[in-house]
Amino acid sequence: MNRTRFLDSSRLTSALFWLSLVGIVTGLYAAFIYAPNEKTMGVVYRIFYFHVPSAWVAFLSFLVVFVGGIMYLRTRERRWDTLALSSAEIGVVFCAIALITGSIWGKPAWGTWWTWEPRLTTTLVLWLIYAAYLMLRRMIEEESQRARVAAVFGIVGFVDVPIVFMSIRWWRTVHPIVFTIDEIRIAPSMLAALLIALVAFTLFYLYLLIQRISLENVGHELEALKQRVA
Amino acid sequence: MDGVKKALWIVWKDVVCELRTKETLSSMFVFALLAIVIFNFAFQLRGDERVGLIAPGVLWVAFTFAGVLGLNRSFIKEKDHGCLEGLMLCPVDRSAIYAGKALGNLAFMLLMEAIALPMFAVFFNLPVLMPSLLLVILLGTVGFAGVGTLFSAISVNTKAREVMLPILFFPVLIPIVIAAVKSTAQIFDGVSFDQSMPWINLMLAFDVIFLVVSFLSFEYVVEG
Repeated sequence: MNRTRFLDSSRLTSALFWLSLVGIVTGLYAAFIYAPNEKTMGVVYRIFYFHVPSAWVAFLSFLVVFVGGIMYLRTRERRWDTLALSSAEIGVVFCAIALITGSIWGKPAWGTWWTWEPRLTTTLVLWLIYAAYLMLRRMIEEESQRARVAAVFGIVGFVDVPIVFMSIRWWRTVHPIVFTIDEIRIAPSMLAALLIALVAFTLFYLYLLIQRISLENVGHELEALKQRVA
Repeated sequence: MDGVKKALWIVWKDVVCELRTKETLSSMFVFALLAIVIFNFAFQLRGDERVGLIAPGVLWVAFTFAGVLGLNRSFIKEKDHGCLEGLMLCPVDRSAIYAGKALGNLAFMLLMEAIALPMFAVFFNLPVLMPSLLLVILLGTVGFAGVGTLFSAISVNTKAREVMLPILFFPVLIPIVIAAVKSTAQIFDGVSFDQSMPWINLMLAFDVIFLVVSFLSFEYVVEG
């Protein structure tokens, strides 16, 4: 049984649940109370503590889809496909959250809901690619064929992301660049709040991932039982 | 060299099929023409006489949509008549099948573009016989046919095959669309070719990366 599954341990699941709960509560405190107002944008900027971690989780989960796809094609073990599927679903949700929070912030900060800026546009394209990934999965009945084709699409989609970014980058950019290589341009307390949020979101992502994987496994067991009865 | 020869035989098969039915090329061409006409109305009725502004976009929308039409046919006709199984039984590498289908699709796309481009020149009153423009079209079309062939093979396995292809394909194609439209616009504006070089390089990079990725992953799509 162990060979077919990932992280199938209820102790780990509950540990992650409590850790992410503590992380999220601390993160909320840090984002709304601990971190100071921003000099020019005032209170509006605080959405940044939800926007940046959501975008991070989205990118992380699409990386997992990519790795899961490669590993599935190499090993043909179903658990890799389940991992990729679960991660893609969570990634699409967090990608949507990043787009929506970014848009809400953009209205007061840039005076517009949307601009065709590299990071925004790349995130939108990411959302489109992985929404297509999920649609593709629903359109194929046969299990191993679905896993193979989805793995190929997940790989191609991920390889495309840097090229999309580069292609849009040669347009004028208005996205605030918070991190550059030699300096970090935010106050230390803001950075601390951001790091807490990043850790909390990552833990929450892992928690959701494990839950989604075990849901998928239960579904498969149910299918197998139905087959045996019939 | 043996693989190249086998791939060319598959191209030849597709060409013979097309010469006998003429269904793919004619529908692609008419569709491209329709797209040019419809977009011309859609934009010019806004009262803007500077057609040069919209021309690059119209050209690539027409090529993209007409190309998807052809790509859809590429594997559906194999699947519907059980030809895909036949191809799989042939003593050739899966990568030779990919190369053959991709080259065939590239040839059909280029032919369609060769017929549609003069029409475009007439409707928009723009010079199109420029080496730089032809290079841009070639690079864009190579990328299009390269990934498109892989995605055509993917979408033919799904329940709603014609619908799935553009949904899967267009998001991945975005870099090609951006680079092609931008460099086409620069060429029509008459700026020096040096300024288009980043876009040309981007298309080259896209073409190389995705030809390799598609070439390697095609066998997983068609197996079983």
